[in-house]
Amino acid sequence: MPTMNMVQALNSAMDIMLSRDPSVVVLGEDVGYFGGVFRVTESLQKKHGAHRVLDTPIAEGGIVGAAVGMCANGLRPIAEIQFADYIYPAYDQIVSEVARLRYRSAGAFSAPLTIRTPCGGGIRGGQTHSQSPEAVFAHVSGIKTVMPSNPYDAKGMLIAAIEDDDPVIFFEPKRVYNGPFDGEPDKPAQSWADHPLAEVPEGYYSVPIGQAAVTREGSALTIVTYGTMVHVSLAAAEALGLDAEVIDIRSMVPLDIDTISTSVRKTGRCLVVHEATRFAGFGAELSASIQEHCFWNLEAPIMRVAGWDTPYPHAFEWEYFPGKRRVMNALRRLMGEAV
Amino acid sequence: MTSRLHVPAVPARPGEQPDFSYVKVAAAGVAPRPPIDVPVLGTAPLAEDLVRVLDDGHRAVGPWAPKLDSETLRSGLRVMMLTRAFDDRMQRAQRQGRITFYMRSLGEEAVSAAAAIALRKGDMLFPSYRNQGLFLSRGLSLVDLMSQLLSNSRDMCKGRQLPVMYHSAEHRIFSISGNLATQFPQAVGWAMAAAIKGETDIAAAWLGEGSTAEADFHHALTFAKVYKAPAVLNVVNNQWAISTFQGYAGGEQRSFAARGPGMGIAGLRVDGNDFLAVYAATAWAAERARAGHGATLIEHVTYRAGAHSTSDDPARYRPKDEFDAWPLGDPVERLKSHLVTLGEWDDARHESLSKELDESVSAAWHEAVSYGTLNEGPRLDPSLMFEDVFKELPPHLIAQRDELLAELAERGE
Repeated sequence: MPTMNMVQALNSAMDIMLSRDPSVVVLGEDVGYFGGVFRVTESLQKKHGAHRVLDTPIAEGGIVGAAVGMCANGLRPIAEIQFADYIYPAYDQIVSEVARLRYRSAGAFSAPLTIRTPCGGGIRGGQTHSQSPEAVFAHVSGIKTVMPSNPYDAKGMLIAAIEDDDPVIFFEPKRVYNGPFDGEPDKPAQSWADHPLAEVPEGYYSVPIGQAAVTREGSALTIVTYGTMVHVSLAAAEALGLDAEVIDIRSMVPLDIDTISTSVRKTGRCLVVHEATRFAGFGAELSASIQEHCFWNLEAPIMRVAGWDTPYPHAFEWEYFPGKRRVMNALRRLMGEAV
Repeated sequence: MTSRLHVPAVPARPGEQPDFSYVKVAAAGVAPRPPIDVPVLGTAPLAEDLVRVLDDGHRAVGPWAPKLDSETLRSGLRVMMLTRAFDDRMQRAQRQGRITFYMRSLGEEAVSAAAAIALRKGDMLFPSYRNQGLFLSRGLSLVDLMSQLLSNSRDMCKGRQLPVMYHSAEHRIFSISGNLATQFPQAVGWAMAAAIKGETDIAAAWLGEGSTAEADFHHALTFAKVYKAPAVLNVVNNQWAISTFQGYAGGEQRSFAARGPGMGIAGLRVDGNDFLAVYAATAWAAERARAGHGATLIEHVTYRAGAHSTSDDPARYRPKDEFDAWPLGDPVERLKSHLVTLGEWDDARHESLSKELDESVSAAWHEAVSYGTLNEGPRLDPSLMFEDVFKELPPHLIAQRDELLAELAERGE
């Protein structure tokens, strides 16, 4: 089976869907001739034509608004927002239109649209190229919100998102585009080669949206996380020699609370980890839901590790990023300093 | 008959002959200069035309030729040359890994340098990320700018912003955003406030032609029209928005300046590589705004001779030698030739100034790195990260700051 990094896996998903379904189109800034600033749409325009892979004006609200209209006329657009930090001009279209079109028209119209957008820090992008705004979308009823952490899931989930009849916001943690990242920036960059989840079938397959993955089985505690932080969490647990169960939720909406609560009921302890700011972050929803489902099995309060509640500062990237040490410290506290 | 999706044609891709036949270039001196109180629609022809002052013989001709003394011209040339020397050194610093990111303004230096001279000291500037000439013109020190690029202990942004996102309240230059076009309606709002308060200062803002697609551009023009805001709104049409040609922003067979009259404010299309034309157009628009006749949209026709940023490689999407074929030339060379023609400059003085500027940039760099770099001390205190989120540090951020400081102490930092 070929090895792909996440960029290649996402590219393959779009290539396959452009081939399989004539209603699929790709649109976004620099996605056509250039192939995207992260090369995710490379060669797609050359192969599928400038009428199906569209360079757009720099207008995120226009991109999403036009995509809604395309949906109403039978297309199935994949819109790229170049950085999640640039998605806010489209926020009105997403919140007031994309998310509610099916509801307000009693099913007469819908928006089977996929919005792909790279998110997260760790690339020295400063406050305008590093944000993780998943919670502000998860909070909106009517859109699915997902974030894969590895090439296999990225391809399968993107195909599932494109095929989904509901709108999906597809966050791509750009720090792990080219390799997993354990949260230690001074170590040499890792590549996806040799990683089992970088073995990606060349052809069509899908990974259902709304199912969490048990990335590592264990019995001492449960780490509930997603995106880049899956890799950081695994590294932290390994460093402490903890028998941690690591759950990659993959999808915020819909949330696979069954897989999560089954694990927490088993382990009795839970750490929630994400890169986005902590206050009213998606970790708050996770903590509340887990507590509702697992209260009688909890042996310690659910804890959270997240980004600080500040913008993402350029100079203090690694003091901001919730790296391995911060996760390890939380794990120690969660285990009552037993490790 | 069926409709067919129009895909804007790009004149030349890598390996092809550069083709600027789409750029309408009028002769210097022919565009009329209307009075500053001309009705908006009176500027409509000028918004499609091209205001040019410097002719092929490097003389200043026509009604737009400003009466600038040679000392002022030399100071403008100096700012452009300093911009270029600064850009070159910072580009190298990025390549050497000393700074993380940089954006040059190669080829479009006149847009900032000439405008800064045409505006008054009290006028408020809302730049984009490619207007370093405004900062240099208003006298910010190279060391201060470099310290921002280095995120070092003297960084005006306290380590919070990407390189080039400067600001200076003291010099009346607004904080640069990494998000596009947001400064445009803000400039109009500043201008409205000046009008509300009955002040004579005006606002000026810049964005790239690609950014005119953002809704904020249209918000700005609407508000400027409705309130006759005293603002000079500049579209820097440098032909390329990363890989996307200006046709994708709506520039095919239509100027960007024409959106001014289209939205109800004056419009001027100007040779952006002609220092004198940029100066004259800005001065006209500033005078119009100050006299209460409202805002002007100025399109500066220029060319982004360098990459979009140090993260970009233009060889992937346009011919490598495109700048050589650019019909409006190099702004530095053109002003230099004008001064030489006037007998106010020569090659020897030019060489000597160039050397002097290189040396001052090097000296400034030497000093700036002594205040630290991103990776070498002295470093900013990481607890600064938590300040200025709010005016007062709230309890949850105090707790987070203390948690970070404990973590750093544990790491031995």
